[in-house]
Formats: sequence, structure tokens, C-alpha cells
Amino acid sequence: MFVAWREIRFARGRFVLIGSVVALITILVGFLTGLTAGLAGQNVSAVMGLGADRIVFSAPAHGESDPSFGDSSITPEQASTWSDAAGVNTAEPLGISQTRLSAGERRSPAALFGVSSAGTHTLLPEGVPGPHSGEIVLGTSVAKTLGVSTGATVGAFGLDLRVSAVIDDAWYAHSSVAWLTLPDWQEAMARGGQPAWATVLAVSLTDAAQPDAIDAAAHTASRAPLPALLSIESFRSEIGSLLLIVGMLFGISALVIGAFFTVWTIQRAPDIAVLKALGARTGRLVRDTLGQALVVLLAGVGVGMLATIGLGLLAGSAVPFVLSPATIALPALGLIILGLIGGAFALRPVLRSDPLAALGAPR
Amino acid sequence: MIELNDVTLTFPDGERTVTAVDHASLTVPPGSITAIIGASGSGKSSLLAVASALIQPDSGAVHVAGVDLMGLSPAEATAVRREHIGIVFQQSNLLPALTALDQLAVMNELDGHSRAARAETRERARALLARVGLAGHENKRPHQLSGGQRQRVNIARALMNDPRVLIVDEPTSALDHARGQEIITLILELTRDRGTSTLLVTHDRSHLARMDQVLVMSDGVLTAHDPHAAIAA
Repeated sequence: MFVAWREIRFARGRFVLIGSVVALITILVGFLTGLTAGLAGQNVSAVMGLGADRIVFSAPAHGESDPSFGDSSITPEQASTWSDAAGVNTAEPLGISQTRLSAGERRSPAALFGVSSAGTHTLLPEGVPGPHSGEIVLGTSVAKTLGVSTGATVGAFGLDLRVSAVIDDAWYAHSSVAWLTLPDWQEAMARGGQPAWATVLAVSLTDAAQPDAIDAAAHTASRAPLPALLSIESFRSEIGSLLLIVGMLFGISALVIGAFFTVWTIQRAPDIAVLKALGARTGRLVRDTLGQALVVLLAGVGVGMLATIGLGLLAGSAVPFVLSPATIALPALGLIILGLIGGAFALRPVLRSDPLAALGAPR
Repeated sequence: MIELNDVTLTFPDGERTVTAVDHASLTVPPGSITAIIGASGSGKSSLLAVASALIQPDSGAVHVAGVDLMGLSPAEATAVRREHIGIVFQQSNLLPALTALDQLAVMNELDGHSRAARAETRERARALLARVGLAGHENKRPHQLSGGQRQRVNIARALMNDPRVLIVDEPTSALDHARGQEIITLILELTRDRGTSTLLVTHDRSHLARMDQVLVMSDGVLTAHDPHAAIAA
């Protein structure tokens, strides 16, 4: 690092420039990752919070390979088949629909989650008292939009439901979830002209369970929770594009950093030839060059991370943005690793530089 | 000691083969300085490259500081340069980001040293810079030094590893006559003081009378000349 540090100090402007580019890429990647996580959370947090081992859908329509929450409809017979199967601890029916709740003149979109009134309400977030018949549990954002609190009445499909609790938002397809009993949900659906018994089953299994065999017997399609998320149409369409953009940004960052260090190292080729002629080991020069890249990356990524945290705190109230080690530190680590890989391409001039060039002798 | 015996070096040039050094032999004893003169393209730099372990000849024998250079791997040749050979380049070839002191310390620093060894290295570099007349210029970068001062740093750097062999490539070509004389005087003094075997290439015949041995290179062929006769030539 002896030469590396001195070059950084000597060519300060040049290194500040590339450090700034790295910082900007870090902000871009970090912000997009936080936004992706936020948008994903607004799509799936309620489903992730169900705590189920598998989500059971009705079998996809003929010609379709994947089930979807939008098209799934579970019958009581299918629920019984699952409940009675070996290795199944619980199979709780869950009704899911999206609607607009009303309170006076106010309206708010919400996702209705109908949970079994006979059950222990294990599908609700931990510690939340389950609704009784005629009751609804609202998320804070819906309650705020409707201007209601516990004890107020809200309407859904012509049903009047008393707000039994207001809890932190859980999200499904960008709508805050409102919890009600399954019979109330079924009645709401019937009033809305779309009668249904339940949308999916949230099942808890033992190791002895054979989900594929139960699926075959019940004419259902079950999925583990994570793959099941892709059955939320809005999540599937968003996450692919966003991850593609994040991936491309990672690739671009490796290319930009690699290109910078390649040009920089080519410019240094005469100096490297002199050092080699004087007896410098190639390994030492490689270490010096990579060390220089690491310093620039650490500085650029560090500044970028701090800026992303600041922007995330500012933006968090306006857009779905998740500020966490996973959305900040992991992309930063990825950028450093990819940047070093890009910087490794710059080693070619170091490895190939001919010490003979320092003497100006022909070859 | 530098000993080249019947050394031939060729390299491809398009479809033909150019003989850069043609059956050349020379001996440079410790504490003496041998000058090589010759026209551009006569093979002087190629001969220096052979003597400084930068290139291996096609045939012949090369011994530098007691080391047989023939058949060395690139890494072994690098080690020989690091440990036994000092090179003074034609252009000073100083690294623009380094101060005069750092130019001398860079080789030891790249190897990674303890704090004590680093202090010793810097003390030694300071002493060498003082020896070449650059006391007080330790913290100047190349662009802050004159051409003559840069060449003095170049010489001091070549001496940093206390080499037994000094290879000097046209050290006065970028300097005026007075500065050139100063540099040659310095190289002569250092050669005598340190007992190095110094091989010097020059275009400037005015220095030749001060050399212990003068060789003329023409089309790769090396021939001996009396220093005084060489001046007249």
C-alpha cells in the first residue's frame, strides 16, 4: 500500500471522482434495494406473517401451471381432506379479498382476511386478540384514513363491523390487511356477488406429512411460504423487474470500477515497469493495486451507505422503504466484492508490464 | 564484477531476425567504470538489459555479482536485480506521486517492513540523498526538482540496495554539459567509494577520458578502445 496511498493523495481529484461515482452507485443500489424490500413487504408481509408451513391453493385452472391467490377457492371438503391427513397439525381456512372499507363519507382500500372464528386465531399477528362475529381488526393506515379507532363502526359490502382493535399494518398486495371472522368474510363475499368458503388454507405440518399426496387427494396445489408469494400477482410482476434493475446496477458498478482502474493502471504502466526493473515482486505490486481499489471502494461505498441511510430515513414516510442491515449492508458488501472483481481486471497491465520498457531497450 | 562472455542476443523484427548483441564479451572489475559508446540502434541498451538481468541472451555466459544469470526464472532474475544490481535510467523514471525520500524507500516499503526497519530505511535514504547533494530536498516530488536533481535522485535510488553492480543508461542525455559533468563525477566517486562494477552507456564523448575502460558498439559487435583514442574518434 506504500505507493497506493501516495498515489491517492497525489491524484486526489481523480480518486475523489471515482469515489463519488462509487458512492452514487451505492446510493442507487441501496435506495433501490430498500425500495424493493419495502414494496415486497407491502405485498407479502401478511402472508409471511401467517406462520404456515405451506399455503394450500385450489388446483390451478386447466392450462395454468401455477396457482394464484386471485383465482384460488377452497371448499370445506378440501379443508377436511387436509385436516384429516396424516402429519397435518392444523389446516386453517383463510379468506382473502380486496375491497374498500367505509366509515361515513370516508373510504379506504383494504385487504380482508377472514379467519376461522372457531380457531385460535393463530393466523393473526402474535398478541392480537382475534375478532368475534361482527368485529374487525384494522391496520393503523386504514384506521387513520377512515378516521376511526377502536369501538367505531366500518362498512364492508354492506356489513357493519365494529372495530375491535387497531394494530400495526400487515400488507397484502399493497393493501393494509383488515381481519374479520371467516363467516363474516363469507357473508361479505356473498353480498358482493362472489360467494366463497375460503381462498387458501394455512397448514402446519409435521415431518411425517406428504403434501404432494394430500394435494392429489384434495385436488389442491400447496406451496411453501416463499414460493407461495409468487402467487400474489402484484408481487410477481414487481419483484422481477426490480431485482433485474438491482442486478444490472451491480453489473454496471463492476464495469465502471473495473474500467476506471484499468485506465488508471494502464497510465501507471511505465511506473510499474520501473518498479519491476528495480526488482519489485509482481505479487507486491498486485497487492498494492488491489489495496488501492479497496480503499477507494470502502470510501465510496461508506459515503454511499451513509447517504442512503439519510435518504431512507427521509423517504421512509413517503414511500415503502425498508432500512435494515439486509438492505444497506448486503448491497454495500456486494458492491465491494464486485468492485474488487472489476479492479482485478485492471491487474492485467500490472502482470504484463515489461521491466525492459523502463530501460527503453528493444525486444 | 560483471562478466559477459561471447554473448549473443537476437530478437524478431517482422519476418527477419535482428542480432542486437553479437558475440560480445566484457569484464567490469569492482571499483571500476566501463563506458560503452555507439550510434543509436547499435545494441548498447540491449547489452545493458542483458547485464541487468532484464533479458536473457540466446547464447553465451553472463555473471553479475557472482551470479550466473543464464537460465534464471523471471522471479529469480527479479531477485538478482533487487539484491545486487542498481539501475540508473536514462530518463530519471521517478514516480510522480512519491517524494525524493519515498523514491528511495519504495523498494523496501513494498516488501513490507517492521517499524524499526522502516526507520532504518528512511535514515539510509536520507543519507544517500545527502551524499548526492540533495539534503533538504527529501520531501520534494519530481515536478519540484530540476533535471539534474531528478537524475541525482535516480542515482541515489539505484544505490539504495547497496548494489555490487551499477548499470547506468545515458545519465547525462537530458542535462546541459556542466550538469552532465557533475553527474559523471558523482557516478565516478560512488563507483570508487563503494567498489561497484559500473557499466555506463553514453553518447557524450567528453566524459570518456575519465573512464577506466571504453568499448565501442557497432551493429551489436563490441570492440575495445583506448579512452583517449575514443575521444579523438
